[in-house]
Amino acid sequence: MSVAKLLSKSVFTAAAVCLASTLSIGVVQAQQATEIELSYKDKKFTPAEITAPANTAVVIKFKNLDAKAMEFESKTLKVEKVVAGSTDAVINVRPQKPGRYEFFDEYNEKTARGALVVK
Amino acid sequence: MLAALIIVFREVFEAGLIIGIVLAVTRTVPGRNLWIGGGVLAGVAAACVVAAFAGALSQQFAGMGQELFNASILGVAVVMLTWHNVWMARHGSELAGEMRAMGRAVAEGSKPLLALAVVVGVAVLREGSEVVLFLYGVLATDGGSAGSVALGGFAGLALGAAVCLLTYFGLLRIPMRALFTTTTVLIALLAAGMAAQATAFLEQANWITALNTVVWDSGWLLSDSSFVGRALHTLIGYTDQPTAMELTVYLAVLLVTFVLMRLTRSAPKVAQPAHS
Repeated sequence: MSVAKLLSKSVFTAAAVCLASTLSIGVVQAQQATEIELSYKDKKFTPAEITAPANTAVVIKFKNLDAKAMEFESKTLKVEKVVAGSTDAVINVRPQKPGRYEFFDEYNEKTARGALVVK
Repeated sequence: MLAALIIVFREVFEAGLIIGIVLAVTRTVPGRNLWIGGGVLAGVAAACVVAAFAGALSQQFAGMGQELFNASILGVAVVMLTWHNVWMARHGSELAGEMRAMGRAVAEGSKPLLALAVVVGVAVLREGSEVVLFLYGVLATDGGSAGSVALGGFAGLALGAAVCLLTYFGLLRIPMRALFTTTTVLIALLAAGMAAQATAFLEQANWITALNTVVWDSGWLLSDSSFVGRALHTLIGYTDQPTAMELTVYLAVLLVTFVLMRLTRSAPKVAQPAHS
């Protein structure tokens, strides 16, 4: 029983240490990110294709100019974010390998599509 | 109309699965319909509130409010599910040992019911706010298509309810003894999956950046956006590209659940020799 108690205690301690260290790393990495502007109007992304260098974090400054809410989603980038009508949003993308990563508005999946090209 | 049906169904599918499991877990507890129904209603009400303030919510924490909110409510669900399993580990054995003690256990049964009602509420709230936003957006737009889209939306809701019933009756086919073990394992995996999902949201918000390498990519085998992939995503937290941190958190939650269940279960066993 005491072994189990010790075990659970050490798991919690490890988790706390992990969290503390990641927070400090997070501040350092955020400074190196590439910023890209992207807007959404009449169910279309502008520009429809954005580019970013490989292996660096990307921050998409997103503007939903439509009055309706939309959901920015990308399966390959692992991003899912609801953006209310006429508001701005910040979308973080973790460093990616070169390739083409599609994103879309989940509420208008067929027509509202765009892509991030990582080179 | 079909598009609306698919979008709404995709959102309520997860909530349907979770409610089905919770209903099966509590099948012998009287008054459970009241608690779970309350959880669903509270979830719907909260979903409307969240949808109404979606804009304000995402502006919090440097634009990461939505991610942090999702991570926190998932965290609450993880704690509730784990606590339920630990509670059942202590009291479930008493239940099985003495059927006559059922009456007393029923009175105490409201405690885990509250926890599960919270879990149901959280599940409805998470998926529901997106449905509300979507349907509101459609209904607010002028045009003749609004009616058919709304119809599609409600058909999607009905299908979600069907998933809930299928899960429930499917689980009920399992014999009582095996059901307890099955639901314990299901709930532990559900909690671990939710914890990994919460981690993914914190990664999206850049609050967690350590161990962010993708461990494997099994998208070629089973994409987590396919139907089976989505079901497994909800049930056991399947992701086709998990990061090292998500895996660590997933395993840690399973380990903590296991350790806590062993800890509480060992207590009555120590006391027993003194009685006999």
